[in-house]
Formats: sequence, structure tokens, C-alpha cells
Amino acid sequence: MDLNQKGSSFLSEVVQASGETLQACYQCQKCSAGCPVAFAMDILPNQVLRHIQYGHREKVLSSKTIWICASCYSCSVRCPNNIDIAKIMDTLRTLALHSEFKPGEKDIPIFHSAFLDTIKSKGRIHELSLILQFKSKTRDFFKDAALGLKMYRKGKIKLLPSKFSGGKEIKEIFNAFEKGART
Amino acid sequence: MKEISYYPGCSLHGTAREYDDSIRGVLSLLDIQARELEDWTCCGASSAHCTDEDLAVDLAARNLAIAEKSNRELLVPCVACYSRFKVAENEVKEHSKKSRFSYHGNVPIRYSLDFFCDEPILDEVKKKRVKPLTGLKVVCYYGCLTVRPPKLTGIREYENPQHMDRLMEALGAEPVQWSYKTDCCGASLVMTRTDIVRKLGERLLSMAKEAEADCLVTGCPMCQANLDMRQEEFEKETGEKYDLPILYFTELMGLALGHKDVKKWLGRHLTDPVKVLSSKGLI
Ligand code: SF4
Ligand code: SF4
Repeated sequence: MDLNQKGSSFLSEVVQASGETLQACYQCQKCSAGCPVAFAMDILPNQVLRHIQYGHREKVLSSKTIWICASCYSCSVRCPNNIDIAKIMDTLRTLALHSEFKPGEKDIPIFHSAFLDTIKSKGRIHELSLILQFKSKTRDFFKDAALGLKMYRKGKIKLLPSKFSGGKEIKEIFNAFEKGART
Repeated sequence: MKEISYYPGCSLHGTAREYDDSIRGVLSLLDIQARELEDWTCCGASSAHCTDEDLAVDLAARNLAIAEKSNRELLVPCVACYSRFKVAENEVKEHSKKSRFSYHGNVPIRYSLDFFCDEPILDEVKKKRVKPLTGLKVVCYYGCLTVRPPKLTGIREYENPQHMDRLMEALGAEPVQWSYKTDCCGASLVMTRTDIVRKLGERLLSMAKEAEADCLVTGCPMCQANLDMRQEEFEKETGEKYDLPILYFTELMGLALGHKDVKKWLGRHLTDPVKVLSSKGLI
């Protein structure tokens, strides 16, 4: 079967955005065999590639897998066809955020957006601000509270963010990102 | 005196303070002056590359552009920052990606572990060592991004790296073999899918115990935080007692080189390292 001729627009979208020739995948499953978080995924990395080839857009973009992937690059270094699967996962997350589908994992995309909000407002990640921001978005205030107290006692929690003066540049970076077009 | 640029990154200003302090301490014992990048900002870490590629490159490139103003090499202790910088460098140099900053890919980006494992530094360490870490059995835990992907890190032995092992030998410690050197600890999911992280963490700790290690050594602030601070939680879950100190390689360097602040650094750990080090007569 010639996957190119079959013409899946989702396939070409992912190929173009990632720059990876994922048509070359021949389903040897090496990627999934070495994936440390495969046990928690709803579709395995090799299956993700297969679904993309078949144009199953919703299946892939609303999967848990793309968010659970920890970007450890084990799959990418082991693929006999040199497909950078970790990079494809990045592409899929970006496409998912721009899609109409509900993300397959609730908290992970929220965490990333809290993280980016913290950079936008403070330039650096001030851990306490990040945690508060994340918790206010998920409304789960009690998880890890005891651990937080222990860390505080060990001097591991800084109460105030550090000052920085690169605010203008950071603002420009985020303006471009939010507009979705970079100059 | 040799001078280098230094990008501490956000973790080293918070949970990984002892990593920052021990790096600065060891550098000064080796007569290397670290100049912190002026006005650095967050590298974007995993959240930027999980969201948007241009955003990820710009957040990294802003810092690299500052570093490029001098001709010093750039020392990066956090492996997440290091990885983001290497990706941005590769995008700019190999794929002619434009960032909004004046950065051309001309600054050598050095991950701290690689930097301290350079031959001349290892020789210097052997010469200046005042307290060999005799009898200390360590497992070297490299984690993911210190070695992968090799096209960015340049590490040839990425399935079974040896450089941290060589450094530990130079300090007089005994690196024991285990098969989990480059396995992922899942730290990027620590706030969101604690259940997954627990599984990965428990396996690493029990394998290190099976290898009969006295401690686990790392150069990654996320791995350290995950395995040190959540260890008690892992113990409650499995009913096993690990009691395994998770040390930064720079803390052990400081110990062997006789730095005066070692106890202060070790005092910040949640899983106490002093007990095992003093039982070996090292502290
Ligand atoms: S390792 Fe590569 S070729 Fe094999 S299944 Fe995974 S992506 Fe396909
Ligand atoms: S990069 Fe993602 S998919 Fe690949 S092995 Fe690591 S966690 Fe699994």
C-alpha cells in the first residue's frame, strides 16, 4: 500500500510540521518496547505512527499518549528508520492545542500553561508562584502540602521571585506566540 | 584564571540551591571564575516545547544571545536548560531558523557533567583531591537528556555512558554497575501524574539498592528533586525502606576536594546523606 498515494491530509500535516519522514515506519515496535511510560498510555508510540498514517486525526490528537510522553528520546535513538518520534510528539501536542478536541489528559496541558504564564509574568520560574498558579487552575490545594512544608524547612522554597529587567523582550516573545505569527 | 559564562537556570535558584552552591564552590577550588549571565530568563523548559516550537527557540535564544556577546564557553548545570539550548542551537545552525535575537550558534554550550569530565579537569581533580572517597559505592544515574539525543549531546556511549563513572573513580569512589543509568525518572510529570512518577522512581531506587549502592549520583536537578524529596512517599507506597541519599556529583567533588561548605549543602537534602558518609568516615 502506498501511504502517500492514499493521501491523508493529517499525515502530510504532521510530516510537514515535524520535518520527519514518518512514512518510513515499518511497525517494528522498538519505540514502544523501550518507552518508560508506555504502561500509562492509551495508544503506544508505534500505534500513534500507524494512526497518523491512516489519517486518524481525532484518535491521535485526543489521546492521553501525546501528553504522557516524557520527551526522554529513548524511542528516537532506537528507531531503525531514524524517525524522531519524540519530536513528532511535540508536533502533535501543538496540533492538539490548536484543534477542536478536548485533551486526553486534564492536568498536563494546564500545567504547561501555568508554567508559561509564570515565565510571562516573572521572566523566570519562581517555583512557589508556579505551584500556586497551577493549583488555582486545578483547584487541588491539598496535594503535596506536607511535602511543601518540609521543603520550606530545608530552605528549598524561595518566597519571593528574583528581579529581572528583561521584561520587554519576554513580552515580545509572548506577544508573537499569542498572535500565532512570528515576525 | 580561566573564565566561563554561567547560566544557573530557575531550579538552581530554588529547589536545587545546593547544586548551585556546590558548582560555584568546586569551580573556585579549581581556579575557574564563573560569570553569571546578566539578566538571564527561563529557558522555557518542557512546557515551551510541548506548546510551540518558535516560542521554545525564542526563550532559549534570548539567553544564548546574551552569552554570545562574550567569547567564553557557557556552563549549564540543569539538563533541561542544556537540552533546550542545544535544540535551539541546532535549529539556528542546521535549519537556518530565525530567532528574534541576535544569536548565531557561536557559543560553546557545555553541560556541567561533561565540562567537569574533560581530561584536564579530571587531572586537576586527582591532583587536588584531599579526601579520597574510599569505600563509597555509588550508582551513576545519568537520566535522559544528559546523553540523548546523541546528535545534540555528542555523547557516543549513550546506551552505557561512562564519563560520570570515570569522574567518581577520580574522586576515589567506587561506581557500581547497574542497568538503569539512562532510564527516565518521569520528573516532567511530577506535578500532574504522580502515579506514573512513583512507579518509575520506585524502580530506580530498588534497583540501586539491589546493586548495593550507598548513594545515587546525578547531575540533573529534576531527577534529584524527584528521587530525594519523594523518596518517603515511595517508601510508604511500597513498604520498602530505601534510605538512599541522592547526591549531586558536584557535592561529592566538593567533599573529595575538601570544600568547607559541604555540610551546608548536604543539610538541604530530605533523604539524609550525612549518616552514610559519616559511617564511611568521610565526613
Ligand atoms: S521504532 Fe521506528 S520503525 Fe519501529 S515502530 Fe517505532 S517508529 Fe516505527
Ligand atoms: S520520548 Fe516519549 S514516546 Fe519516546 S520513549 Fe520517551 S516517553 Fe516514550
